[in-house]
Amino acid sequence: MIPARPLALALALGLSLAAPLHAETTDWQAVLDEARGQNVFWHAWGGDARTNAFIEWVSARTSERYGVTVTQVKLSDTAEAVTRVLSEKAAGRDEGGAVDLIWINGPNFLAMKEQGLLHGPFVADLPNARFVDLSPEAPASVDFTVPVEGMESPWRLARFVFVHDSERAPEPPRSMAEFVTWAEAHPGRVTHPAVSNFMGATFLKQALVELAPDPAMLQAPATPETFEATTAPLWEWYDALRPNLWREGRTLPENQGIQQQLLNDGEIDIAMSFDPASTAAAIAEGLLPDTARVFVTEGGMIGNVSFVAIPYNAANKAGAKVVADFLISPEAQAHMQDITVLGSFSVLDPARLDAEAQALFDALPKAEALPRLEDLGPTLLEPHASWMTLLTEEWSRRYTQ
Amino acid sequence: MSLILDDVTIARPDGAALIRGLTLNVSPGSVTTVMGPSGIGKSTLLDAIAGSLAPGFSLSGRITLNGRDLTGLPPERRRIGLMFQDSLLFPHLSLAGNLAFGLDPRIRGRSARAQAVEHALTEAGLAGLGPRDPATLSGGQRARAALMRTLLAAPEALLLDEPFGKLDMALRDEIRRFVFDHAAARGVPVLMVSHDPQDAAAAGGPVVALA
Amino acid sequence: MRAVPALILAALVAPVALGLWQTGRAAFGIMPALGRETPSLDPWRQLFALPGLGGSIRLSLVSGLGAAILSLLIALALVQALQGRLSAARAARWLAPFLAVPHAALAIGMAFLLAPSGWIARALAPLMDWTRPPGIASVNDPWGMALMLGLMVKEIPFLMLVILAALGQVPLARIMAMGRALGYGPGAVWLRLVLPAIWPMLRLPFWVVLVYSVSNVEMAIILGPANPPVLGVAVTRWFASPDLAMILPASAGAILQAGLAGAVIAAAWGAERLAARLGPVWLARGRRGPARAPGWLVGALLRLAGAAGLVLMAAGLLAMAALAIWSLAFRWSFPQILPETWSLNAWSMAAPGWRRALTTSVLLAGATAGLSLALAVAWLQAAPARMRAEWLILLPLLVPQIGFLYGLNVVFLRAGLQADLLTVGMGQMLFVFPYVLLSLSGPWRAVDPRLMRTAAALGAGPWRRLVAVRLPVLLRPLLTAWAIGIAVSVAQYLPTLYLGAGRVATLTTEAVTLASGSDRRVSGVYASLQALVPLLAYACAFVIPAWWHRDRRALAGAFR
Repeated sequence: MIPARPLALALALGLSLAAPLHAETTDWQAVLDEARGQNVFWHAWGGDARTNAFIEWVSARTSERYGVTVTQVKLSDTAEAVTRVLSEKAAGRDEGGAVDLIWINGPNFLAMKEQGLLHGPFVADLPNARFVDLSPEAPASVDFTVPVEGMESPWRLARFVFVHDSERAPEPPRSMAEFVTWAEAHPGRVTHPAVSNFMGATFLKQALVELAPDPAMLQAPATPETFEATTAPLWEWYDALRPNLWREGRTLPENQGIQQQLLNDGEIDIAMSFDPASTAAAIAEGLLPDTARVFVTEGGMIGNVSFVAIPYNAANKAGAKVVADFLISPEAQAHMQDITVLGSFSVLDPARLDAEAQALFDALPKAEALPRLEDLGPTLLEPHASWMTLLTEEWSRRYTQ
Repeated sequence: MSLILDDVTIARPDGAALIRGLTLNVSPGSVTTVMGPSGIGKSTLLDAIAGSLAPGFSLSGRITLNGRDLTGLPPERRRIGLMFQDSLLFPHLSLAGNLAFGLDPRIRGRSARAQAVEHALTEAGLAGLGPRDPATLSGGQRARAALMRTLLAAPEALLLDEPFGKLDMALRDEIRRFVFDHAAARGVPVLMVSHDPQDAAAAGGPVVALA
Repeated sequence: MRAVPALILAALVAPVALGLWQTGRAAFGIMPALGRETPSLDPWRQLFALPGLGGSIRLSLVSGLGAAILSLLIALALVQALQGRLSAARAARWLAPFLAVPHAALAIGMAFLLAPSGWIARALAPLMDWTRPPGIASVNDPWGMALMLGLMVKEIPFLMLVILAALGQVPLARIMAMGRALGYGPGAVWLRLVLPAIWPMLRLPFWVVLVYSVSNVEMAIILGPANPPVLGVAVTRWFASPDLAMILPASAGAILQAGLAGAVIAAAWGAERLAARLGPVWLARGRRGPARAPGWLVGALLRLAGAAGLVLMAAGLLAMAALAIWSLAFRWSFPQILPETWSLNAWSMAAPGWRRALTTSVLLAGATAGLSLALAVAWLQAAPARMRAEWLILLPLLVPQIGFLYGLNVVFLRAGLQADLLTVGMGQMLFVFPYVLLSLSGPWRAVDPRLMRTAAALGAGPWRRLVAVRLPVLLRPLLTAWAIGIAVSVAQYLPTLYLGAGRVATLTTEAVTLASGSDRRVSGVYASLQALVPLLAYACAFVIPAWWHRDRRALAGAFR
């Protein structure tokens, strides 16, 4: 009798659970069946050769395993893909759209979500979503404070870091406030990417987070009042910094790629990246001097999660889901965290990994040049997306002749 | 059998008549010379007969060749040979290639055609020069080659537009003889436009003066 | 057959008009996808409230007008200086590399040459004791000087060829002899007699250069200032803004760009009318020398302009060399003149990418240039004489691309066209065909009509006259027109980007994207290939006719 109770319980639960569970697996099987043979056009920023190579690797894996190939559409700005979907909607093309998958986050996500340009929610249906913490407060559930609500699936973790040439500039600033004095002592040796670029905007946001009288304000949408009060110290700081920027701040590198090139050419001493491992890799590729090193400010640096989203009119939705699912597989995430590949930290929740998956991460090569997680300090939250939009506008208003 | 112009009137695009009511009968083997100051419409007359009147010009009256009415026929079906003061050999073809271009298509077979070309070259005193680039020939050689090319197409009439104007004096006589003799030998009617009285004298046929 | 030119014209004009119409609707607030259905002036208000708009307009005007006018003056000075020593055919050979290299590739190379860490600075470094690149804004400078230089390297050779071709249409030697016999110096004869005679043939090409200069995007992205950028780049950025509502003011900006181009053309036309009005008065005064400036000054200015032209040409060649060297470098740090370490890495690592882009570029170029050539032949067969409406084929070149491409994209989508090679090819035809027809029409019409009449009299019908006489005689101009078509197609950036939805990755779109990346070596690979494809096409256009017509003195001019 005693063993009968758990069995009965299991049977009872099984009756109620097995049906949806069963439905789910067959649903996924249907997705896989539909996806077979599809070619997914993944619109992704193409300025980083290693990311491009990683996407090629993804395509090889998914085509071998699921018969889904991936073609990367290399963007110089993610907004190009957003505009594309919008112009398709304008033309009434509600099916068979050109964009299947977008590497997206922040304002672009907010814009697409608000305009109803996204397909979903779909994330919870991905089998590998079981490895991701999708609780409402988790980093993968909030994108620049905007709730994701299953409309985009995480794929890589980004941490904002600075890079300096440790030979030419052995003692970089330790806080955003110190950038002013550092630049005074080394005029023309520091710059930031154009603010229309997300890296340039992040530089301002990092300063804003450190300088704002009440950083908590940044987690709510900006209003004219909170914006003015919260950003006042930022503009004061920037006015002091700007005259000592490279080319007096009148010209800015278009993005961090060009900024890294300037560091490599010796025109400046400090660059920035959203990928703590990129410096070590760039040295190995001859794109930075051997003396380049990563540094962070003392209070910690902004971090965020990069997502993939599927437009509402995507031609190959099933294929796009298969790719999104593969991206959060332990195999893909471990490969991505490999310093020789991308060195991006995993978006998976370590607590949810089984032993087999954990082993994949344990087997990764360790590189001494790579900063350790603890060296990077705490991760600061991204402000609400509205701050970035307003910040960009206000900056252009103030500093564009 | 001859080239007959019956009451031919040619009007310019503005409606003004250039040639009015011209009637001519060029008999086989004879050379009729049309003379007149420049701008009077001599070349336009030849264009009308050859079928390449410029757009806008209008033609009335009848032109017949050996009884065939030429009105409305495209130039390539009129069987009328043309010669200008420039010999106008095709620059991309060899001398033999030029002659073969004109050779009557009824002569079939590679060797038969090659033989016909070689025969014509010999007749024109150009034996062995077949593979030559036309640009490397002398003016007299080119003029004889041009005539042979025209004759190989077996024309039923010949139109000569100032054909000897560019040749120097010594050569002019020789080429004139060459052209007229060959035309006479084949018995085709020849209409020549010129303003050189010596051409008309050498032709020995009727002279029509346009004015 | 008669209708061919009319049909082609319609196919060229309609997309431009429809694209402008669509862009115009958005500029006046009509964008159903965004829920905007009523016309309004709001987009214009937003546009004029955008920071930097005034600066962008000023920059576009200054750098565009400056580059176009200086290019014209230098091209005239160079042709005048080389007169008699440089035939149009020889010039075509020497200038081919400059015409062939796409704007984007040249810009990438020029950026490396001019940058503070570039070749010029590296060469000066030992003299100036520089261990770090000097802190001077020699590219992306706020005044647009680097952009102007880049534009001029492309425009001077183009204008020189146009001028030389025009000179071939006038009895230059007789005009010169006559003018000099009347006591005018050679420079004075040029200005008073030659230029007025050839200007009608230079007018439209100069307008095309003007419009390109004030509205170009890909060169300005690479060489121009970033903040504010020139208007074309600003509009491109606004179109790509994450804030979707920006499409409305961006469309207004695109219309503004078209208006700017129109205003510049109107100004050029006005200046020409004024010169035509005042010129005769000035000529009638009969002064034999320049009124006030002493003769030596004019000579010095001419020599200066000629020297500037030669320096720019040399810079262009160095820029192309820099592309190739960067693609073969591993590490190349300041102030080394040549790389410290060489490697084929950039070529082998990027191989899958550049092979795909190369294939796409070659397919597109081959198809558009081939089809354009066939259409141009059909056009010229049907319209042997110049038609009054012929200038309309230049319309796609006289309206800034950014003005109608966004709208055209919407039109294409409505028509159910996929963003694929076919769509991009159709879009590129708008720009390839005009150049091919323009290049072919001169030589075509120069063929002695009596040659064709002779062929007809020998019994050759229209088809045989075309295939057996006209086309072989025109082999060189045909291949030259084809090569120009290849070069134009390979260089297309905005049409490929907009109509291909970014999915059609060509050497040019990849090169421009990579130019804003971190790896100069990989951009070197793409830019080198981008320059190589049209160069090979030009080489074919020289070598094939020379070989084919090797025993035909009248036709084999290329290597004699």
